[in-house]
Amino acid sequence: MDPLRRSPSPCSSSRPSSPSTPACEMFGPIGIEAVLGQLKIKAMKMGFEFNIMVVGQSGLGKSTMVNTLFKSKVWKSNPPGLGLPTPQTLQLHSVTHVIEEKGVKLKLTVTDTPGFGDQINNDNLRPLDIEFLQRLCRTVNVVPVIARADSLTMEEREAFRHRIQKNLRTHCIDVYPQKCFDEDINDKILNSKLRDRIPFAVVGADREHLVNGRCVLGRKTKWGIIEVENMAHCEFPLLRDLLIRSHLQDLKDITHNVHYENYRVIRLNESHLLPRGPGWVNLDPASPGQLTSRRPFKVCRGAHDVSEDEF
Amino acid sequence: MASSEVARHLKRENIRSLTMSGHVGFESLPDQLVNRSIQQGFCFNILCVGETGIGKSTLINTLFNTNFEDHESSHFCPDVKLKAQTYELQESNVRLKLTIVNTVGFGDQINKEESYQPIVDYIDAQFEAYLQEELKIKRSLFTYHDSRIHVCLYFISPTGHSLKTLDLLTMKNLDSKVNIIPVIAKADTVSKTELQKFKIKLMSELVSNGVQIYQFPTDDDTSAKINAAMNEQLPFAVVGSMDEVKVGNKMVKARQYPWGVVQVENENHCDFVKLREMLICTNMEDLREQTHTRHYELYRRCKLEEMGFTDVGPENKPVSLQETYEAKRHEFHGECQRKEEEMKQMFVQRVKEKEAMLKEAERELQAKFEHLERLHQEERMKLEEKRRLLEEEIIAFSKKKATTEICHNQSFLATGRNLWKDKDRKNSNFL
Repeated sequence: MDPLRRSPSPCSSSRPSSPSTPACEMFGPIGIEAVLGQLKIKAMKMGFEFNIMVVGQSGLGKSTMVNTLFKSKVWKSNPPGLGLPTPQTLQLHSVTHVIEEKGVKLKLTVTDTPGFGDQINNDNLRPLDIEFLQRLCRTVNVVPVIARADSLTMEEREAFRHRIQKNLRTHCIDVYPQKCFDEDINDKILNSKLRDRIPFAVVGADREHLVNGRCVLGRKTKWGIIEVENMAHCEFPLLRDLLIRSHLQDLKDITHNVHYENYRVIRLNESHLLPRGPGWVNLDPASPGQLTSRRPFKVCRGAHDVSEDEF
Repeated sequence: MASSEVARHLKRENIRSLTMSGHVGFESLPDQLVNRSIQQGFCFNILCVGETGIGKSTLINTLFNTNFEDHESSHFCPDVKLKAQTYELQESNVRLKLTIVNTVGFGDQINKEESYQPIVDYIDAQFEAYLQEELKIKRSLFTYHDSRIHVCLYFISPTGHSLKTLDLLTMKNLDSKVNIIPVIAKADTVSKTELQKFKIKLMSELVSNGVQIYQFPTDDDTSAKINAAMNEQLPFAVVGSMDEVKVGNKMVKARQYPWGVVQVENENHCDFVKLREMLICTNMEDLREQTHTRHYELYRRCKLEEMGFTDVGPENKPVSLQETYEAKRHEFHGECQRKEEEMKQMFVQRVKEKEAMLKEAERELQAKFEHLERLHQEERMKLEEKRRLLEEEIIAFSKKKATTEICHNQSFLATGRNLWKDKDRKNSNFL
């Protein structure tokens, strides 16, 4: 079934086992393992949350992609060419649903960003995309995806992928899974394989068709049916596995432990310069230059010194 | 399988449920979560409170089926101290960082009034350390070694009668800070009938004194029944032993007496298995959660309110932490400025004073100088006068001398030859 792999925890967290905690041998099992079951029960009770944002011009198939990922009508997809004017401003638009599978509840929030950018065709990344990606990667886990991959042949697809990868490397855009968060050798191997295939070339479809007697999700065209879940046709299964089956918890962990903490540091530093005093929160002056000494203090100290001098 | 609270919450938020048309695959989410936890490892901290020699260390050894190194404590400690030790245990792929905190010298003093205080202080210190970490700007909560006490095993002496005042007092002071599980120690000294009565008496005393002990949670279907049953059996009567005795054809942990063998893991003999079951196998996670969401939150709220932070402003409007920070900062800034002003004023004042002093000194000096000069002048004049007089005297004397000489000369001229001849005669006689 799903490979039970170890989710990598965020980087800089190799827990040092302090020399003062001796390892103790137990003479037999006592049931510590049961805590895993307790955790599971708690998790099932509380349910899970996942927030995903899709970025790209409408008409690329974002809504369809999301629908395909979660096999439900998350969005009512707007077919293109309805004569609706594309909005000029970037308006974010969220929708939340709860889906359940085998007792596991997932509260899913999908945020759409209509009206951004131009369609990426067979070019390299445009400067706007690069700038955008660079900024995004610093605040959120970014998974780039080649949309409408059914318009590319296999060779074109590979060439395009390599071009994009080179672009990302040149501009130091660190997409998910980030190299620096690989915990151990297993993670490195697994994630390297993924990093090789990013950006995934995907096709979205929410209609089912009959192929060889099986009912599959796919896009029907005049020249054939593109099966969404067929690895030979597109890489949708890879994307789905990454997002949902294996790395979901990891995505959440990195968001919580890295991106949010970074935001927090910046935000707290903005309005701070809090001098130490009785009853104050002990904010860590982590690095010199974070807390600059304030003039009032200097003057106070100076005056104090002068008054102590003996003439 | 919808839990009622999740469903209610969803209704409130008007979130609709979707049905999926196929298998998506996120039922592996709990497994992903569990894997993450396995990698991180678990932390569990037990505090044992009880008199010296009541069997705390032995029970812990028995619970975790290992010999944590420890030596017997003396009975002569002047006050209660807490001793903490951390161990790393591993069972299959679960790593547990276990911290055992023991009270040393509890109940040994003659005056036991303040015995509970070091314990309360220790628990608060762990909360404080966590709060400090949480409030840091650059913090690392996921690598933080959580030292907050998750459960307090309170050892009651098996007198068979009732709770001691010390026990009541201590538990009353601890119940809002930590999950308390009271146990009857050395339960093999209490007979079965006595034990029943003892348990009932203990629980009624706890209830009537308003002591809140930890209740095993009964809101989850899988463990509700067993937890409810166990709640009825509190406090657990336990026996601890790492010695093995042969019973039948097995070696079991037991205590051997001339009249029989008390088997630790025999549920007819004592409640040890129940304690281990409840503490480790069924409710370890809940104990940790209660510590974090109830006891720690209470501490945190009190501490922050003490510092002056509040969620609700003067007109009952919600106030964000930032607003409070800003307000306080403003206040502090104002006070700093005020102090600065004060200091400045004081400085100016002091300078003025010093200046005045200096001027005064200068004036004095000047006066002295003038006085001296005057004296000097007077001396001089006196001397001048004297000199003048002296000179006059000299002149007068010279005059006199001159006059005398003239007179002498004149008289010589009158009688000069005689004098000469006399002189010659005198002189020639000698030739």
